[in-house]
Amino acid sequence: MLHTFVAYVEDKPGVLTRVASLFRRLNINIISLTVGRSERNGLSRLTLVCEASAEAGDRIRASLFKLENVLDVDDIAGAPAVTRELALIKVAATRHTRSAIFELVEVFRARIVDLTAESLMIEMTGVESKIEGLIQVLNESDSRILEICRSGKMTMRRGHHTSGVLRAMGAGENDDAVTDESRTVEEAAAIEPE
Amino acid sequence: MSIPSKTISTANPKSSNAHHNPPTRLTGAEIIWATLVGEGVTEVFGYPGGAILPAYDALRKFPIHHVLVRHEQGAAHMADGYARASGKVGVAIATSGPGATNLVTGIATAMLDSIPMVCITGNVSSKILGTDAFQEVDITGITLPVTKHNFLINRAEDIAAAIRYAFQIATSGRPGPVLVDITKDAQQGSAIFDFAAAKPKAYRPHPMLRVEEPGLAEAAELIRNAKRPVILAGHGVIQSGAMEPLRSLAERAEIPVALTLLGLGCFPASHPLNLGMMGMHGEAWVNHAIQEADLLIACGMRFDDRVTGTTSTYATKAKKIHIEVDPAEINKNIKVDVALVGDLTEVLEQLLPRISSRGQGGREGSGWLKTIETSKGACAVRDIKNLPDSGHLYAAHVMHDLWRITGGNAIVVTDVGQHQMWEAQYFHHEQPRSLITSGGLGTMGFALPAAIGAKVACPEKEVWVIAGDGGFQMTSPELSTIAQENLKINIAIINNGYLGMVRQWQEFFYEKNYESTPLVSPDFVKLADAHGIAGRAVRTRAEVEGAVQEARSAPGAYLLNFMVAQEDSVYPMIPAGSALHEMIRRPGKNPLVESPDEV
Repeated sequence: MLHTFVAYVEDKPGVLTRVASLFRRLNINIISLTVGRSERNGLSRLTLVCEASAEAGDRIRASLFKLENVLDVDDIAGAPAVTRELALIKVAATRHTRSAIFELVEVFRARIVDLTAESLMIEMTGVESKIEGLIQVLNESDSRILEICRSGKMTMRRGHHTSGVLRAMGAGENDDAVTDESRTVEEAAAIEPE
Repeated sequence: MSIPSKTISTANPKSSNAHHNPPTRLTGAEIIWATLVGEGVTEVFGYPGGAILPAYDALRKFPIHHVLVRHEQGAAHMADGYARASGKVGVAIATSGPGATNLVTGIATAMLDSIPMVCITGNVSSKILGTDAFQEVDITGITLPVTKHNFLINRAEDIAAAIRYAFQIATSGRPGPVLVDITKDAQQGSAIFDFAAAKPKAYRPHPMLRVEEPGLAEAAELIRNAKRPVILAGHGVIQSGAMEPLRSLAERAEIPVALTLLGLGCFPASHPLNLGMMGMHGEAWVNHAIQEADLLIACGMRFDDRVTGTTSTYATKAKKIHIEVDPAEINKNIKVDVALVGDLTEVLEQLLPRISSRGQGGREGSGWLKTIETSKGACAVRDIKNLPDSGHLYAAHVMHDLWRITGGNAIVVTDVGQHQMWEAQYFHHEQPRSLITSGGLGTMGFALPAAIGAKVACPEKEVWVIAGDGGFQMTSPELSTIAQENLKINIAIINNGYLGMVRQWQEFFYEKNYESTPLVSPDFVKLADAHGIAGRAVRTRAEVEGAVQEARSAPGAYLLNFMVAQEDSVYPMIPAGSALHEMIRRPGKNPLVESPDEV
């Protein structure tokens, strides 16, 4: 089954190697890994998706916790959560072929973030299937995709959830629960010249 | 040189008064030693070289005894043996590059057996780090999977905190080795040394530790209702110091105790409830008892493949309680019914009040014990030690006599192979930390250096090395270290002219194709002599007692070269991939006859 782990790790050199090395050692392929700053100074937040047996979840979580630089690990498993991915897609398009793509972008509630005489860049945020959908439709249309860059998944539990571990650390006072609505509203600005 | 005189206090080498020193500017090199002194370190094992030279230059100012090894692997094994014998953190020092890589086998050995150890390596200057400079190697990268944690330090001001943190990591939770790699410029630089301020953050226990009321109640209920319970006691009992509560549990509930190799000594061998060692070379009745049990209480052991045989057929009739400090071990090899995840001593102390005494023979318990006793049958008296002296020398004779003559009071440090199993079978350990052996990694060459570490840690103890002729040659240069340190260590080489355990596998599973296992060795007595160490060869059983006494009473180190039967095998044996009860038993025709009628 697919496991999604959300972890808070120290923002230091070599930390990602330690996390990645754990999965390497268990011979588990990391399907997706995103890392970035978190709401806490000095802590990065990562979302890691991997395929492993159902029983492996606890052991992976326990092993992640054993890493000195890992402060918190949440196994999202089947819990209600919002998962998003960001994709940048560069498509070959001229003055004559743009409008069809604009329509697609509109339907998928994506947006155009770069436009040149020969190409345009689409930014799209959403669940994996939606991004796959846009890519598929682009492929099936006459447009030629030049580049795709995908962020990998980011996951956050729904509701007013703060990790007990982080609470115990005295952190976690950011209690304005982010609601699903505020995350999913996607406003597609048409063109954002940069 | 602006060293505060207190730090230099060589008058009392045991003093560790760095805590009381006011913050002072020291070089990074001095900070290394001052921090070690502050952590209570009095002995280290190491080997100098370019990138660690600043540290060595500062060593004489500090009350630390440095044991010069002959190979860095030896330094790691010595620190390991030191830790196993004393329970304190062992410290190994090496230079960059090959010095650091030579430590790796020793670090991995400590990792697999959860030994608290701190290794300090020098590295090239931070300015040339990552340029493939002379003797540069990415040792934090190399040791990442075989350390509990490691640090790369390139500033003098970070050294004290890193070393203090390393000590905390090494000793907390499930112990393990930690490596601190310090660049040469960090050693040469200077910083304010404030031991107290360098204290690590409060230890944060693993968030998945869980000992709660329902689990304790369920465990107590299982123990109450069990008809055929067995306690499986491992290294964790010794690490946690849980010998007393374990014994209370066994006695109160009348539960027999089977031991892992690293658990030997955690429960007295002479105790009526002691079954003996389980697993691949455990006695048949021990493994049968486990296979027949209706409840296994695993205490500080991890269901290693060497104790379970095939996991699918392992103790299928038994409910399982797992008491373990490392949450990652739960359900790793064997699925358990109740997991009590915490320090073993604490868990047992919470569990004990819930266990009522069985002293009045309430349990059919006594029936279970009788069943086990019956299954010992002929095996219990078949032993080689009961046989008339045929003049031939078997390893079992040596082990039995060593145990008899030392009264079991020695620290025995074994290498890896047949002799290691014979020792486990015939030398009966009453006390924890009386057997030091590489169980998890199975590192040949471990015994001699680890024994040096044990002797340095416990100078008043009688220390015996038991090694095969193969493993001994892997680290035999450390004989020089024994000579230089003038250590009274007794060495028993079980010499059968083969890499014996490999030969045994070839005999059983490769149609006696003895490929690359016959072994030519030097005359070990002459080798010892070349190091100024006395010794003699022993060829018959009649000579054993005299030789052992001679070694014990000799003023210095002594080497005994026991020329034993060449193609003797360790029985019983569970072939790899077989179930725990599918043992290869001692063949009747073997000179080591099994049944008393054949005696």
